[in-house]
Amino acid sequence: MEFQFQFDWQAAIDSIPFLIKGIPYTLMISFGGLAIGFALGILFGLLSINKKWFLRWPATAYIEIFRGTPILVQVLFIFYGLPDLIGGPIDPLTAGIAAIALNSGAYISEVVRGGVQSIDKGQTEAGLSLGLSRTQTFWSIIWPQAFRRMIPPLGNQAIVSIKDTSLFSVIGVGELVRQGQIYIANTFTAFEVYFVVAILYLAITLSLSLILRLVERRGLVSV
Amino acid sequence: MTQIVQMKGMNKYFGKLHVLKEIDLTVEQGEVVVIIGASGSGKSTLIRCVNGLEEFESGKLEVDGHPLAPKSGNPKSLAEIRKEVGMVFQQFNLFPHLTVKKNIMLAPMKVKNASQVVANATAERLLNRVGIGNQADKYPSQLSGGQQQRVAIARALAMEPRLMLFDEPTSALDPEMIGEVLDVMRELAKEGMTMMVVTHEMGFAREVADRVIYIHEGQIVEEGKPHDVFDNPQNERTQAFLSRVLAH
Repeated sequence: MEFQFQFDWQAAIDSIPFLIKGIPYTLMISFGGLAIGFALGILFGLLSINKKWFLRWPATAYIEIFRGTPILVQVLFIFYGLPDLIGGPIDPLTAGIAAIALNSGAYISEVVRGGVQSIDKGQTEAGLSLGLSRTQTFWSIIWPQAFRRMIPPLGNQAIVSIKDTSLFSVIGVGELVRQGQIYIANTFTAFEVYFVVAILYLAITLSLSLILRLVERRGLVSV
Repeated sequence: MTQIVQMKGMNKYFGKLHVLKEIDLTVEQGEVVVIIGASGSGKSTLIRCVNGLEEFESGKLEVDGHPLAPKSGNPKSLAEIRKEVGMVFQQFNLFPHLTVKKNIMLAPMKVKNASQVVANATAERLLNRVGIGNQADKYPSQLSGGQQQRVAIARALAMEPRLMLFDEPTSALDPEMIGEVLDVMRELAKEGMTMMVVTHEMGFAREVADRVIYIHEGQIVEEGKPHDVFDNPQNERTQAFLSRVLAH
């Protein structure tokens, strides 16, 4: 039996308008989640290096739990599990953003911790010896230097999180993969459609890489 | 005379290691005290106690009338002391993300709420004073070691300190750059700045110090005028140390 597969360019092109409708959701979940994740990452990252154990331990627990469990389980738990607890449904978009936020927050905590700890302790001593408080020393001396070192790993995390949103098709958010699944259900052009879906992800992540590279290059001048 | 630093029976441990033993030391206003000793003798630790970068376990320490209790007691005193005491580090510890001028402007603006204009003028004046007025807008990494250390001195001076601590300020420098840093320190001493200097530069100690202190294993074993300590040391440990460092 002979079988010849032909890539159907027309089918691929036809799918684009429908697939593109998923991009705003993909971006909203990714960047909404990452924005909150960044805030969580700063908070828990700094708590995880605090001298006081009662601040450090909960932060470490959060980081280990969300790094150590699959994001798919996390989002299923939030979407299907949490409503039982809070007594009402959670909409898929919120669940998706929450999952990215909590998950990326754990990884970003580690990025923050590593960034801050990489700064020489002579910098802190210089700040303190000039009369700056610990808080002033941290925010005007340590953080700006640490942040610059954090840009590459943060960019990496952003790319990982963008791709992670593809899993959220399981809770029915109309993001890229979900749009693809719906489209394929009617046209049976899986090869072409998933090909286009992959290209669209690549377009997003490559744009981000490009922006990050520009940011890094500008940052290099002064450190 | 006003005593800027008073240490009485000070003891400091790193874990089980007894690094400072019953230190009694006073520094008068305008005095230049140079502390010498082998590495690991506790001389850096001693001056780092003065501005609270190291805690001590027992004894008394008072800096310009502000008492520091053992084990990081008196946070208020500590804050006051740090405003009045400048420090220069072996590794410069300039802020690499700020220009030279911003390095100097930071503390006056944050700690003393100096205006941008005033802080800027201070920075320019001090940079001229240490001979690098034309490097103000560069970043520390673009400067030589000697220039960086002079910026660090200017940065400390911007807070108008009553006392300056120097922790081996020339030990990380290439030999040809040591002179330019010592020159700035010599000028400061001449202008009446109270200084505590930990250094291996015996020539500088002999010339600039009002008093030389030799520390051995955490103890002050010899103390006196430079020519007494260098030319006629009483303690045999001092004699041994000096013969080692002055031999070449």
